[in-house]
Amino acid sequence: MDGNFEDVLTGEQKIRNFNINFGPQHPAAHGVLRLVLELDGEIVERCDPHIGLLHRGTEKLMESRTYLQNLPYFDRLDYVAPMNQEHAWCLAIEKLTGVKVPRRASLIRVLYSEIGRILNHLLNVTTQAMDVGALTPPLWGFEEREKLMVFYERACGARLHAAYFRPGGVHQDLPPELLDDIDAWADEFPRVLDDIDGLLTENRIFKQRNADIGVVTEEDIQNWGFSGVMVRGSGLPWDLRRAQPYECYNEFEFDIPVGKNGDCYDRYLCRMQEMRESLKIIKQAIEKLRAPEGQGDILARGKITPPKRGEMKTSMEALIHHFKLYTEGFHVPAGEVYAAVEAPKGEFGVYLVADGTNKPYRAKLRAPGYLHLQAMDHVATGHQLADVAAIIGTMDVVFGEIDR
Amino acid sequence: MTDVLQELGTHIELKRPDCVLKHEVAHGELNVEVALSSLVSFVEFLKADRTCKFSTLVDITAVDYPSREKRFDVVYHFLSMYTNQRIRVRVQVREQDMVPSITDVHPSANWFEREVFDMFGILFSGHPDLRRILTDYGFRGYPLRKDFPTTGYTEVRYDEKEKRVVYEPVSLTQEYRQFDFMSPWEGAEYILPGDEKTDGGKG
Repeated sequence: MDGNFEDVLTGEQKIRNFNINFGPQHPAAHGVLRLVLELDGEIVERCDPHIGLLHRGTEKLMESRTYLQNLPYFDRLDYVAPMNQEHAWCLAIEKLTGVKVPRRASLIRVLYSEIGRILNHLLNVTTQAMDVGALTPPLWGFEEREKLMVFYERACGARLHAAYFRPGGVHQDLPPELLDDIDAWADEFPRVLDDIDGLLTENRIFKQRNADIGVVTEEDIQNWGFSGVMVRGSGLPWDLRRAQPYECYNEFEFDIPVGKNGDCYDRYLCRMQEMRESLKIIKQAIEKLRAPEGQGDILARGKITPPKRGEMKTSMEALIHHFKLYTEGFHVPAGEVYAAVEAPKGEFGVYLVADGTNKPYRAKLRAPGYLHLQAMDHVATGHQLADVAAIIGTMDVVFGEIDR
Repeated sequence: MTDVLQELGTHIELKRPDCVLKHEVAHGELNVEVALSSLVSFVEFLKADRTCKFSTLVDITAVDYPSREKRFDVVYHFLSMYTNQRIRVRVQVREQDMVPSITDVHPSANWFEREVFDMFGILFSGHPDLRRILTDYGFRGYPLRKDFPTTGYTEVRYDEKEKRVVYEPVSLTQEYRQFDFMSPWEGAEYILPGDEKTDGGKG
């Protein structure tokens, strides 16, 4: 035993990094994310996300279906805020066909896009809080989400997979009572937000877990193609609703909240404030919908939308049109467009290549979460293992849209 | 808006006459077609040039045109948050061509190029880690090519006897339903029933 110290050195060298699998069954993985983490003690050295576990081949399926049949696929992308995705698809088709959406439909779209934004932020903020240890916020948040989904249901009949926005407008008109109820809810909701605010914003544990974690700089934003709250949390007031206004967002008054440090905590604050801004837009939209200018048809009647029910009962042409629309579908003139919306998670875009038939030749869905998750290696490296959950939480990943 | 884009297109073409094959503004969007060999330097130029500043990569994808000699279009979308403009860059690629990777200029191209490789089988030279990304571990074939069937070739199920997931060739109880709803006056590219004997044979 004496004098034989060779294995002391080798013992030291035997310390190696530890590889762990985070997910796909981990509750903080927000779905089916599998992260292969290389750890040096508790410090993340490398992070390799394995995605595609929820891949359903949406883009391939879309090539063999008509434009209208493809619409419901968009609900299944980011299933937390379904209508915002449909919006991008409708905008792409309207851009190619040159259809102008009636004002009432446009207002309804804005109203429901903002409801979608609140749906998304509520889920994200509260479940992220759960990832870092708070159990109450999700319980409170889901109660409100439930109410919002009832509004979804009352507009289109489905709580989640809405298929409500249609090329040329929206599927059905909103009854006035629904507007009253949304209005009443919008009066109540700030109180709930304040409650969640009171639970989290100054909470010592929540702050310790989020402040200075996952800092994103302006350079990172450009290099990694971030959008949405990931940009605004770092102080850049970039919002497509303002920068490249679509629909009728340019007539609404709202502020774009920005963060200062670009860490998880600032992104949380941004989301909370954005919900308040969305409430402002909802209020304005309801007011405009009630005004006399906000009345009228909700579909641009023409080739790409069905005729009115009453017309179908009396007019042969309308009946034929209806039949052809739901079997053959409408034709979209050849060309290619890229239409993007400010979805709650960031820029959601559709690149549509049409060849003049009733089916898209190619449709590429550009999901914001895809790029955010890609930067996971860059953002999480050097952080502790426990911070990984916090970072995934504020990146706001949903696998429906990432895996497509 | 269109004028600004037209101006921007002309500016790009003037600055980089050797790269740009043509540019056009359609549907309020600027399209630039670029030669494959000059792709990386062109993307670098777009990022660095002061009037362009296309510093954000929005998307990379491909479109398959099987009948063309240069089979694929690789399409890049860029955004400038500073000038608030978008641009689409298109490169035509043969099936056996290698596309230079732009990961050195835009790190965010990494996953997009992996996805294009996964879906279309286009190879990117100089990519740090060109693995499949969205499809299953051990997947074969390139799903978004037009000659790949929508149903795929294999299906997966849990086998009770073997106590594991097994892969089997796809067996369909009925053929994949691909109805032809196109109106015979507009879209049909076949001889209509009853029209076989007429000259031309097409309605």
